Amino acid sequence: MFTYYLDLARRSFRRNTALTVLMVVAIAFGVGASMTTLTVLHVLSADPIPGKSGDLYLVQLDPRTAANIIAGAEPPEQLTWFDADALLRDHRADRQAIMTGGSAAIEPDRAGLVPFFAEGRWTSAQFFAMFRVPFAAGGAWTEDDDARRARVAVISRALSEKLFGTVDVVGRAIRVEGAQLRIVGVIDAWRPTPHFYDLFVGAYDTTEQLFVPFSTSRELKLQHSGSNDCFGETPDPEALGAPCVWLQFWVELDSKAKATAYRDYLVHYSEQQKAAGRFTRPANVRLRDVRDWLDFKQVVPRDARLQTWVALGFLLVCLINTVGLLLTKFLRRSVELGVRRALGASKRSIFLQLVVEAGTIGLAGGALGLGLAWLGLWAVRQQPTSYAELAQLDLPMLAATFGLAIITSLCAGLLPAWRACQVAPAVQLKSH
Amino acid sequence: MHLLPIIATLRRHRTAATLIVLEIALTCAIVCNAVFIIGDRLARMERPSGIVEDELLRVEITGIGTDRTDAAAVTAQDLNALRTIPGVKSTAVANMVPFGDSSWNEFISTVPDDPSPAFTTGVYTGSQDLLETLGVQLVAGRGFTPDEYVDFAAARSRKARVASVIVTRGVAERLFPGKNPLGQTVYLTGHDPTTIVGVIERLARQYQANDPKVAAYAMVLPVTVPYTIAHNYLLRVNPTRRAEVLAAVDATLTRVDPSRIILERQTFGDIRAKFFRQDRAMAWLLVGVSLALLIITALGVIGLASFWVQQRTRQIGIRRALGATRGDILRYFQTENFLLASAGILLGMALAYAINLWLMHAYQVDRLPGTYLPAGAVLLWLLGQVAVLGPALRASLIPPAVATRTV
Repeated sequence: MFTYYLDLARRSFRRNTALTVLMVVAIAFGVGASMTTLTVLHVLSADPIPGKSGDLYLVQLDPRTAANIIAGAEPPEQLTWFDADALLRDHRADRQAIMTGGSAAIEPDRAGLVPFFAEGRWTSAQFFAMFRVPFAAGGAWTEDDDARRARVAVISRALSEKLFGTVDVVGRAIRVEGAQLRIVGVIDAWRPTPHFYDLFVGAYDTTEQLFVPFSTSRELKLQHSGSNDCFGETPDPEALGAPCVWLQFWVELDSKAKATAYRDYLVHYSEQQKAAGRFTRPANVRLRDVRDWLDFKQVVPRDARLQTWVALGFLLVCLINTVGLLLTKFLRRSVELGVRRALGASKRSIFLQLVVEAGTIGLAGGALGLGLAWLGLWAVRQQPTSYAELAQLDLPMLAATFGLAIITSLCAGLLPAWRACQVAPAVQLKSH
Repeated sequence: MHLLPIIATLRRHRTAATLIVLEIALTCAIVCNAVFIIGDRLARMERPSGIVEDELLRVEITGIGTDRTDAAAVTAQDLNALRTIPGVKSTAVANMVPFGDSSWNEFISTVPDDPSPAFTTGVYTGSQDLLETLGVQLVAGRGFTPDEYVDFAAARSRKARVASVIVTRGVAERLFPGKNPLGQTVYLTGHDPTTIVGVIERLARQYQANDPKVAAYAMVLPVTVPYTIAHNYLLRVNPTRRAEVLAAVDATLTRVDPSRIILERQTFGDIRAKFFRQDRAMAWLLVGVSLALLIITALGVIGLASFWVQQRTRQIGIRRALGATRGDILRYFQTENFLLASAGILLGMALAYAINLWLMHAYQVDRLPGTYLPAGAVLLWLLGQVAVLGPALRASLIPPAVATRTV
């Protein structure tokens, strides 16, 4: 029966080729546009560190002066060096890391390479274990290196290959801003998306190429990048005692109980600082895990959401267009359907026949739409945005595209088919 | 023209008519809002900077090593060397550029130690020729005198006082509405009081707030900053020789001191294009979607009208046989389309307004100006009439003899 319906559908299409093509193309464009924007949205709102995003927390304290206080108002998003250093030394979490973005000039030894600038991260030893950074060679530096301000560095695979042509470089030296650093590890491909641990340098930034102990970076006066907000006067905003927030501090806490205890510790720390006269406001702390932090910062670009809505609106119009055309087309065939009914076809089989016809159009549109989505994502990748290269169709989105195509085709077909199979055979036969 | 028979016919095709009305309404609503957003983005991309963009080149540069005690001297040498490139009119150091990638801002207030200063302004500093090189327009007061300039390190450690400031007209009007800003004292966080000595018409900052006024709050301080901190050299050149000058920049700077890295060499057009790329992409996307929507809707109207013409062939034949002219038939379908479009537009207006309300709430879009709605209505009426013309003409060509045949 199914093949017979397909054959009927084929005949029907051939009677109105232009119209059939119009319906297929409309659905295809709707599905293609929607899936392109939904995929971008899906990529942009992905979990940057699956399985661990619930255990990693960003610490926020409120070291600002009491002036113009709003109770419970959002504390700054970064810490002062003084506070970050104190929390790091207290070592109350399972793991913790101080960090800031930076950049540094690298002078290659290799002939033919001119000095260049590399994005860096000045952090502490547990950064790598905490964020599950994969290593291609060597490993992280030690906490002892942090304390000794050791001249060590971890570099990315890309940087290693650029400088030395290999990743087998542990123990070799790299020249950073005129200082010799010993390479202790080379990290493998690693790009958490979004760049959750420091959104100030760009929410979808690529991973840094150079990692240096924070303590060493201070000694070498390596450049800091990102934001630095001062709430008081200072000759040097990057000094240890400066009233300026510019460091991120992340902790790993593997249970809710530990998180509660750590939050209590932060409150206690704030009160202590207030008693000592450093803090002037009542304790005001935040401890957000990765998900909460990304939600709070609304990292997904507004335009990406807006584009998705535009595409869905477009799909809706395409869908209504197709429903309208199918309906008129089916109703015009009332006579033919009346004859089939009179010859004994049940309402159900008429309905099935029409749904098969509509479904075929929907599926064809969906398949074409998949191609268009692929093309659309290719176009997105050509854009000069930081997240462009991430716009790839993955398995779940591929499945979702098929799902959307099928739902679309069903939506497009059900109403017209149901309306058309309501024909009273007698009336149709009589009038002609 | 009698509307009643048309309405009676439409009522018999209620579902199809409702669908086409819905389609027109949605298209109308989406296109109205899309065009509005496109206009908004284009306006953003065209925001004036207040500087002579055509004549400006920017070189972003950084030193190697962090203990460079000769930075100020090298900066002066660089500026002199760059000035000798043929085609260069003047050169300056700048700590930031309008629509650039780095941003310096300070709170500014009319009272000392203001606990809640109302707003921030962009802070431009660099070298003595900065205002001249940027080509900003002084509308009141004067430029800085050479003895007003202080060194960046001295200013930061408060060993030297920054005594004067030049602000944009926007800042002056915000701080001293209705008053003469010249000679007034302002306070920047962490600085001694400063006197306004000049007002410039406009100088956009890097941070482009939604409000174009706020995006152009800026001031210039007489502070000389070495290239190791400011990172930008600006070259004001003869516009016809931009390419030539850009090509000579690297060699010139390398001759002064080879151990540096030149990160960017851009015309101001490049800077603008890069800064507003997201807005441009969004505008193009909306243009594409709007066109596609209009085409799909037009094709939908054509499809539906063609079906109805086919379906009513016999009825049209009878009307022709009973004396209706070709014009009558043509007008019948045109009027029918006009009614459908009108219903769609009416619904579309309400929907456009609702979508705009939601966009205002969720995406900080402005209120849709009233003029968009009639413009959208005319557009869709025209679209409908053009789309229906083909099928309607075909209907008008149906001969009366059809009435006598069985279909």
